[in-house]
Amino acid sequence: MEKIQTGTAKKLKSVSYAKWGYIFITPFFIAYIIFTLVPQFLTIYNSFFETYRIGLQQVGPNFVGLDNYKALFTPDPDGTILILKYALNTMILWVAGAVPQFVIAMLLALFFTSYRLNIRGQGFFKTVIYMPNLIMAAAFSMLFYTLFSRVGPIQALLEQWGVIDHSFDFFSIRVSVRGMIALMNFLMWFGNTTIVLMAGIMGIDQALFESATIDGANSVQVFFKVTMPLLMPIFVYCLITAMIGGIQMFDVPQVLSKGDGVPNGTTRTLVMYLNGYLKTKNLGMSGAISVIIFIITGVLGGIVYKMLSAQYKDPNRKHRERKGNVI
Amino acid sequence: MKHRVSDNTLGKIKLTVLRVIVYAILVFLTFLCLFFFYLMIINATRSNAQLATGFTLLPKGNFFVNLKNAWNDASINIPRGMLNSLIIALSSAVITTYFSALTAYGVHAYNFRGKKLVFTFIMAVMMIPAQVSALGFLQLMNKMHLTNSFIPLIVPGIAAPVVFFYMKQYMESVLPLDVIDAARVDGSNEFRTFNTIVLPMLKPAIAVQMIFSFVSSWNNYFIPALLLDKAEMKTVPIMIAQLRSADYSKFDMGKVYMFILLAILPVLIVYIILSKSIIKGVTAGSVKG
Repeated sequence: MEKIQTGTAKKLKSVSYAKWGYIFITPFFIAYIIFTLVPQFLTIYNSFFETYRIGLQQVGPNFVGLDNYKALFTPDPDGTILILKYALNTMILWVAGAVPQFVIAMLLALFFTSYRLNIRGQGFFKTVIYMPNLIMAAAFSMLFYTLFSRVGPIQALLEQWGVIDHSFDFFSIRVSVRGMIALMNFLMWFGNTTIVLMAGIMGIDQALFESATIDGANSVQVFFKVTMPLLMPIFVYCLITAMIGGIQMFDVPQVLSKGDGVPNGTTRTLVMYLNGYLKTKNLGMSGAISVIIFIITGVLGGIVYKMLSAQYKDPNRKHRERKGNVI
Repeated sequence: MKHRVSDNTLGKIKLTVLRVIVYAILVFLTFLCLFFFYLMIINATRSNAQLATGFTLLPKGNFFVNLKNAWNDASINIPRGMLNSLIIALSSAVITTYFSALTAYGVHAYNFRGKKLVFTFIMAVMMIPAQVSALGFLQLMNKMHLTNSFIPLIVPGIAAPVVFFYMKQYMESVLPLDVIDAARVDGSNEFRTFNTIVLPMLKPAIAVQMIFSFVSSWNNYFIPALLLDKAEMKTVPIMIAQLRSADYSKFDMGKVYMFILLAILPVLIVYIILSKSIIKGVTAGSVKG
């Protein structure tokens, strides 16, 4: 009897309030359609047309099918396929920053959460290592340029020490420019990763560590057999979101290399390539590059989506959702 | 018994050595994080002539001269840039958090047809970066005569999937639906319930997300650089990048360091005051194991 009553009450209520759900989500969807969805379709649409400018003359738009994509993958006179070169640059720059980022972050997360080590001043260290994450990337990059330029203080110091002579230029050497970009990316992101991984480790049931230790496992064994397997979902989540961020790499190399990717385009990233075509209003080519970046991020984003939705399947949450249905 | 004691001391020595190594690593990383910014501040206190003499770790007395020169520079109008950035960042912080909370509340508190689909859709598009639709976005804004306007930098914040997701998660942990029921019994309409009862309960989440939205908008470079070309509309990151493309050798270097300092100062101040809650907010949006 009671069950039936609550059942009808549920129905009545959900009928009378459902429209408010729609009203509350409407602004989001209007904004999303205007500012993201329509532009997304326009971008894809443009990739099938030839639209560019030569001086003041406008060429197109003419439908060319997949010609823009073909052009992207056609070698230039030197025999290099630019988009692959820039994709490889992006990957090298990302990996060079991400490897130390994840290794150091993992170590710090373990240090900070270890009862045995009992690190003091954690609040201070966390505040310091997270700070570069909030600094304007363009300004950070400009600062690096200023410090490492021919007339900058680092060059002066190294000359004074006799390490380099006056003709030395940090920005004419591939390894040094790539190294600077990787260092900046590392500094900007390792604090963030540390904090997320730490939260993950602290979320693991403490009893598991204790019982492993009682069973005679040493700290290396505990890490590989207990911590790492249980931390895997968060670790993979961090890694993939970092990859998606890596594909978007733009501000730091753009400002550092004045948009040229010095030396010889070896620090030019995919988004810098896209930016170049957007600036010169070559809509066809920038459309095609956008679609390619979209596909790469789409695949990676799909993995993140799967992980997040798996989290929503845990029984606790279902219970809460059921409670939510009452309204 | 004796054996045990020596084992213990050995363990203690090991632990001490380990601690020393760990602190050394931490001190080194702290140095690395602060060194470049320290140099920036020091160099912002030196005149162009002093800067030409090379490297130093000690401040000089030229700070206010550099500040005055940077502030009054003829080609880079940094006060205007900071004002523009401030207007955009504050408005987008307010709009993003308010509408994300509204959307999350719509999905959280009501039962309607397609609710699951809505949630799935927002989660699915969460990771798509703005760059991949930038071309169409610029084209559309051009057609709507909104280039050289702040609207395309503020209003799209209404649809912010990541902030939505954060708000939704927060509501699940702190927002009991009985409270909303009680408000209904008292005759409050749905919209008023959201504004006067729900929003105050979300204060911590709103504060954290406002800071993150403010910072990401303040630092945003890619889209504004393609959208704004009138000098009086430019934001701080565009001006900083402009420093790099201008003829560098003619610059007063003291002024350059001051420009960079001014560009990051607002965020730095906010961070120094609120670092605790900001760091707490970092983890809340990500997956739980």
